[in-house]
Amino acid sequence: MTVPSLTESTPLNTEAPPILDVRGLWKVFGPKADRVVGSTLSRTELKEQTGCVAAVRDVSFSVRRGEVFVVMGLSGSGKSTLVRCLTRLIEPTAGEIVLDGEDIRTADARKLRELRRHRMAMVFQHFGLLPHRCVLENVAFGLEIRGTPKKERYERAREVLGLVGLTGFENSYPDQLSGGMQQRVGLARALAADPEVLLFDEPFSALDPLIRREMQNEVIRLHHEVGKTMIFITHDLSEALKLGDRILIMRDGELVQVGTPDEVVGAPADEYVANFVSDVPRSHVLTLSWIMRPPLEGEPLDGPELGPDVVIRDAVHTVLSADRPVRVAGDDGLLGVVTSAEILEVIAGGQH
Amino acid sequence: MAAVTAVAARLHKLPDRRLLLALVVAAWVVGWAVLGGRDTQQLGGAELTPLHRDLSQAMDVIDDSRNSNPFFLYFINYIRLFLDDAVTFVQALISQPSFGRPLPVLGWLGVVAIATAVALLGGNRKVAALTAAGFLSFGLLGLWQESMDTLALTLTAVALSLAVGIPLGIWAGLSDRFLRLVTPVLDFMQTMPTFVYLAPLTLFFLIGPASATVATMIYAVPPAIRITAHGIRQVSPETMEAGTSLGATPMQALRHVRLPMARQTIIVGVNQTIMAALSMATIAALIDAPGLGKTVLKALQTLDVGTAFNAGLAIVIMAVVLDRVTSAASRRVEDQRRAGRLRSARRRRIEVTAVLGIAAVLAYQSYTYLWAADFPIEANVGSYVRNAADTASAWVQDSLVTYTNALKNALTNGLLNPFEALLTGSPWWLVCLVAVAVALLVGSARAALVTAIGLLMVLALGLWQDSMVTLASTLVATILVMVLGVVAGVWMGRSDRADTLLRPVLDAGQTMPAFVYLVPILGLFGPTRFTAIIAAVVFAAPVAIKLVAEGIRRVSPTTVEAATSAGAGTWQLISKVQLPMARSGVTLAASQGLIYVLSMVVVGGLVGAGALGYDVVAGFSQHELRGKGLAAGIAIVVLGIVLDRVMRAATQRADAAAHGGLANK
Amino acid sequence: MAMSRSGRIRALALVTGGGLLLSACSGAKVGETQQAAAGGGKTCGTFNLAVNPWVGYEANAAVIALVAEKNLGCKVVKKDLKEEVSWQGFATGEVDAVVENWAHDDLKKKYIDEQKVAVSAGPTGNQGVIGWFVPPWMAKKYPDITDSKNLNKYASLFKTSESEGKGQLLDGDPSFVTNDAALVKNLDLDYKVVYAGSETALIQAFRQAEKQQTPLIGYFYDPQWFLSEVKLVKVDLPAYTKGCDADAAKVACDYPPYELDKIVSKKFADSGSPAYTLVKNFTWTNDDQNLVAKYIAEDKMTPEEAAAKWVAANPDKVKAWLPAT
Repeated sequence: MTVPSLTESTPLNTEAPPILDVRGLWKVFGPKADRVVGSTLSRTELKEQTGCVAAVRDVSFSVRRGEVFVVMGLSGSGKSTLVRCLTRLIEPTAGEIVLDGEDIRTADARKLRELRRHRMAMVFQHFGLLPHRCVLENVAFGLEIRGTPKKERYERAREVLGLVGLTGFENSYPDQLSGGMQQRVGLARALAADPEVLLFDEPFSALDPLIRREMQNEVIRLHHEVGKTMIFITHDLSEALKLGDRILIMRDGELVQVGTPDEVVGAPADEYVANFVSDVPRSHVLTLSWIMRPPLEGEPLDGPELGPDVVIRDAVHTVLSADRPVRVAGDDGLLGVVTSAEILEVIAGGQH
Repeated sequence: MAAVTAVAARLHKLPDRRLLLALVVAAWVVGWAVLGGRDTQQLGGAELTPLHRDLSQAMDVIDDSRNSNPFFLYFINYIRLFLDDAVTFVQALISQPSFGRPLPVLGWLGVVAIATAVALLGGNRKVAALTAAGFLSFGLLGLWQESMDTLALTLTAVALSLAVGIPLGIWAGLSDRFLRLVTPVLDFMQTMPTFVYLAPLTLFFLIGPASATVATMIYAVPPAIRITAHGIRQVSPETMEAGTSLGATPMQALRHVRLPMARQTIIVGVNQTIMAALSMATIAALIDAPGLGKTVLKALQTLDVGTAFNAGLAIVIMAVVLDRVTSAASRRVEDQRRAGRLRSARRRRIEVTAVLGIAAVLAYQSYTYLWAADFPIEANVGSYVRNAADTASAWVQDSLVTYTNALKNALTNGLLNPFEALLTGSPWWLVCLVAVAVALLVGSARAALVTAIGLLMVLALGLWQDSMVTLASTLVATILVMVLGVVAGVWMGRSDRADTLLRPVLDAGQTMPAFVYLVPILGLFGPTRFTAIIAAVVFAAPVAIKLVAEGIRRVSPTTVEAATSAGAGTWQLISKVQLPMARSGVTLAASQGLIYVLSMVVVGGLVGAGALGYDVVAGFSQHELRGKGLAAGIAIVVLGIVLDRVMRAATQRADAAAHGGLANK
Repeated sequence: MAMSRSGRIRALALVTGGGLLLSACSGAKVGETQQAAAGGGKTCGTFNLAVNPWVGYEANAAVIALVAEKNLGCKVVKKDLKEEVSWQGFATGEVDAVVENWAHDDLKKKYIDEQKVAVSAGPTGNQGVIGWFVPPWMAKKYPDITDSKNLNKYASLFKTSESEGKGQLLDGDPSFVTNDAALVKNLDLDYKVVYAGSETALIQAFRQAEKQQTPLIGYFYDPQWFLSEVKLVKVDLPAYTKGCDADAAKVACDYPPYELDKIVSKKFADSGSPAYTLVKNFTWTNDDQNLVAKYIAEDKMTPEEAAAKWVAANPDKVKAWLPAT
């Protein structure tokens, strides 16, 4: 068995066609749920008048191939329900989910199973490992279910275990491993089926901070190596900013904003998001394009040159050590300039 | 119903529930004083209502159609033949002369060897040693054959119970609807007194092993179903989701995820099934079930406490051995993982082969040679046990009777009689009203509804007066159980030494057949309602004590430390920290204690409790009264369900109040 | 470490097993000596004998079973059953004989008259006496207590926690139909019937009453093994006359003397089995039964030993029961 996906690395392509398209997704819990779809009542009004809870209301987004798409929200915002709706672990109440041209919502049980077996895999918050199986058997579980012969699936499982750095632990049992290692098993299990899309449901929130950071780096590394499309649920903003190519922010089941990390931090859609991102060190997220200004008259324009996508933090040294304004230039020539004044304003905890 | 809910909703807003409760009781007492003696629905011991006669007649009809009805000819009869053959086969292996041999196929050595091997392979070395010692003690007590008969019946009934119970339990674990459907049936099976269906069973399955097996199964299947369903249900939803998200079919999810993860719990179910089956051993002896139960019942005829105790001891030993082996097996499932199965598979194979090989050799010995087949009579310590028990029983009766009489009179006159007078002397509708009001106040509108329906059913069954007498005794017994439960439970929960000291006593109290200790208790308290109460307390207290102790032990050590560092004394620690925090354990103990007390109502009828218990016993013994006995059995079930639901509702309310209180702070 | 320990255990077990193997080679083999005993039974076949749960019955059953096995070569299967259940056994063919029956007119009506699956096999020779009894110390201390007319005088003595201020009249085994509640009412006695619920409870109550010298009056019967331990004294109710108990609600006289009898299944009676003839011919006296019952209940013999002892001492009586050959 060859594993092409493990060796090829897809560079992020912002213009790639969407692999997953979600349109007008609703999930309502409660009696006569489908009647609530389209309602504009607030959450408490809805609960009082119909006894229903709308966990996801009218959410639309699309995920590009090879992208890390983060869904972020506080607990109760509906993000875990949303990700479960994508593979219909929770049956959506209304809406459309299209995976690479194939409508998931209309798939019958068999088709859905095929889809879960081959095209989408999920990593869970509390790992969801089978305690009675050793690591190798856990990783091979998905392949076993789809009928891969024993030898082949163990071979593949070993390979994936190597990829997540667990070689040598094949015969251990989950409860003999630390939380971080257990989640590596969960990750390996998801990778073993070689799916097109990986879903992560708050995979690292049960881990302690050091391990969490280590695992985040691991995901970044894996993403570089295997280039899978990833949909990543988290309640941790810094995690979202660190991992996400784009971030979807949810609140009370509704989509508040979708954008790249610097868009979210630099141009919050509303008060809620603004509050959310207020503690973020902006210099770590925003790029020069957010603070550059047109050159003033008579300003020398022969300083060092940087691109507009350079994160401020990385430009600090250059800007502060230059004795003249730093030029920000793209493909189309000069875009603006940045001086120590702009840099210092951001670093000093700049207001808008 | 709507009105009840409305009232309940209004009650929520009233400030003090306790005041209302006191008002209800006061109104009751006044009502009793004014209306006492009216509408009390009395029915004499041999009097019958038309319903009772109809029930008798219905049973007669079944009786008469046995040889003509195709249901019997083609269905029941085959089941009977199968059951008889199954038990007889196991008996032929271990207890009865068979296949033209004067002795069973396996002699004592073979049985001991195989049992020990099973304990070793399924459990560990410790329980293997316990098994060997336990099985040898059956022979040493002079009860080898009787014990093997009991074992044969128990094992057959357990095997069949599991064959029925585990699949149904899986179904109930997967389907909410089936669980809802089956739960009341299981409640009914477990609370219906055995005496009620024992005689009718012989009409279906004739006298002999088949009836005994079915009687045992009726009691032993419910825990198998319940615990299996629980095991299936408790699998973490995320793990299930993991399976589904990988594309597992429902069948694959069951086979690879649910069943393996529920395995440990299912073995706990096996354990409970065995215990239930064993506890039927004595009662099934009433329809000629072979084994130790017969020895106990026979000894009872001549008030031979020693012999009864000796046989009871064998039952206790068997219960302890089977319990420890299955518990160890369930723990082994857990340990197996840690040991790393893959690497040790070969070693395990060698071990299994060796152990089984030795067992096979010894079994062959016991098949062939007399010394290994027939337990040597010379090694009999049974007579010492008998004498010791006789002496102890006689001493207790002679030396304590003055005090016990005083205790009996004090509690009967001070607590039981006034309460019973209130219940039996008030008009039935007044009792109904009071009961519904109390259920509403301490429980919920739902509990009040169940209470109303239940009490009206009791009335319709024509056994109002008897039910009230039984209810009074039951509640008094439950109060005593809880007093004991809290006192001993707190002691046990706080001290490991007390735990090691009490636990074996409690185990024995739970497994020793009640018939064994009835004679000495009768000697102390005479044939009275109080004797019945004491018998129920002996049976029910161990469970309550264990549950309270468990609750105390679960109180977080940090909280105890915090209280101690704040300078709380022992008494303050118990009353202000440990007991309040163990509240859920205490309420569970109360509801379990109540169920256990109810299950002793019929035994109480044998020692002077009268009322429903006596009605059931009389129905079992007298042809004309069997309809009434059945009605009494149903009344016991109804009382049980009503009390259980009120208790549960009260617990829920208390929990909700506690959480609400915390939230407000 | 674990390896070596389990290895040692295995070695130990092997040695033990081997040792047992070696030591066993010289044992007597199963069946070598006992085979001879299990013969016979050809002419008689299997005889299913119900054993009701009281010692007097067991005495009858033990003697009949012993004679059937030893003299007739039957294979006797004893079944421990309550009366009600043993009568059901006639219908299902599982019981051949009940060898001490106390009246049970309802069961006779159902199984003999209606279902026609059972027939009477004549009296056992035992006279059943049912009535009210007091422990001997009371009869000695209050000599006139044995007349029911004086019972109200002593009612306060018998007051207990169960009797609601009246005297307590203790009733026992629910298997017996009693008239006690009607008697108390019709004789105008200041007593309340309290149900002990089982024979065991009743006997234990009488035993303690005699031992502790506490007052007790209760329902009891003769023959009963307990009477050979404590000779209870019967209280005389107004004398029984034929028909005085016709209306159960108005009864005001003593219990009738019972002629205890034997009941067999119709099938068994028609089978021509010698065991049937034995059951039919079997009669003995109250003293005979009480003696065997005493062997069992007090001398703690097994029923088989007790029967053997009595049979050895009474060869003539036994001979009279056997089928003529």
